[in-house]
Amino acid sequence: MILFLMLAVLALVMALLVVLNPNPVRSALFLVVNLFCIAGLYLLLNAYFLSAVQVIVYTGAIMVLFLFVIMLLNLGTPDKTPNKLKAQGPLALLSGLLLASALIWAVTKGTQPVIPPLPHTAAPVVQTPVRSGGRTAPMNPPSEADLANQQAQAAHVEKIRAAVLSGEPRRMEGPEPMVGGYPLGSPHGIGLTLYDPKKPWLFPFEMTSILLLIAVIGSVVLARRSYGEEANKS
Amino acid sequence: MSMAEVPLTWYLILSALLFTIGVVGVLVKRNPIVIFMCVELMLNAVNLTLVAFGRYLGDAGGQMLSIFVMAVAAAEVAVGLGILIAIFRLRDNINVDETNTMRG
Repeated sequence: MILFLMLAVLALVMALLVVLNPNPVRSALFLVVNLFCIAGLYLLLNAYFLSAVQVIVYTGAIMVLFLFVIMLLNLGTPDKTPNKLKAQGPLALLSGLLLASALIWAVTKGTQPVIPPLPHTAAPVVQTPVRSGGRTAPMNPPSEADLANQQAQAAHVEKIRAAVLSGEPRRMEGPEPMVGGYPLGSPHGIGLTLYDPKKPWLFPFEMTSILLLIAVIGSVVLARRSYGEEANKS
Repeated sequence: MSMAEVPLTWYLILSALLFTIGVVGVLVKRNPIVIFMCVELMLNAVNLTLVAFGRYLGDAGGQMLSIFVMAVAAAEVAVGLGILIAIFRLRDNINVDETNTMRG
């Protein structure tokens, strides 16, 4: 609880500093601290792997890219050109306040409570032999512990439904979800969920690889010198 | 007090505030790189919501979606900064007030 409050306040302050600071380099550094705070919040939410990915991908790769471009383009000095739209600041503040109040109203009062769907029945799954490259054995047969965990999850979702329907505050005290005997947030659990052919995440994952390939090609094409220059040189 | 007793609503309020700060930043700032940073802030707020709901419901979907959001954000930043470099090559100035055309 205390940890949550500390991380939350630090994240908010750093986010405000990102916006209020006129210097892009300092904004980037404040954003790094903000992303670290969010990684800490992921840890509190038992998303261990995601927290590590957050630190590596965001504060590692993306922020280095940002700083690199800032340095490359010599944008490290504060912007002093006059603002064309005088009322931009007040208008943005007004719309921000409106948006914040609307969002907070939505998540606290909300017109309709979010009622979780009924849990799947934790009946023993019938293993149909999968023929893929000669291997017939399923990758991860559900163990006793898995089934017990599924039943605990189902009971937990039942409890959430009851709590939502009776209007109690929503607390996170369910049992930690397990996948193949590992916590869901661990790299093992994430991998078993992501690459499980029976779950809907495998195809989006492959699509992501194509998306990244396109992004690589696109950024190379965009950032290289113009085609005429290139042709003249060679 | 244990960690698990932080109500879901607090996480939702926190990410709502972070998202709003990101939106205001996009509206106020005129340096496109800082605008990108504010977009990252908004994406992170949404990620936090996803993970919090995933924890609340004991569901894997939140964390999976967050991973995809991170991958898409990385792609978006790479392409966006590539566009910025291209614009900078053309006109030595990437203030969004002056960059009002995509014709190049």
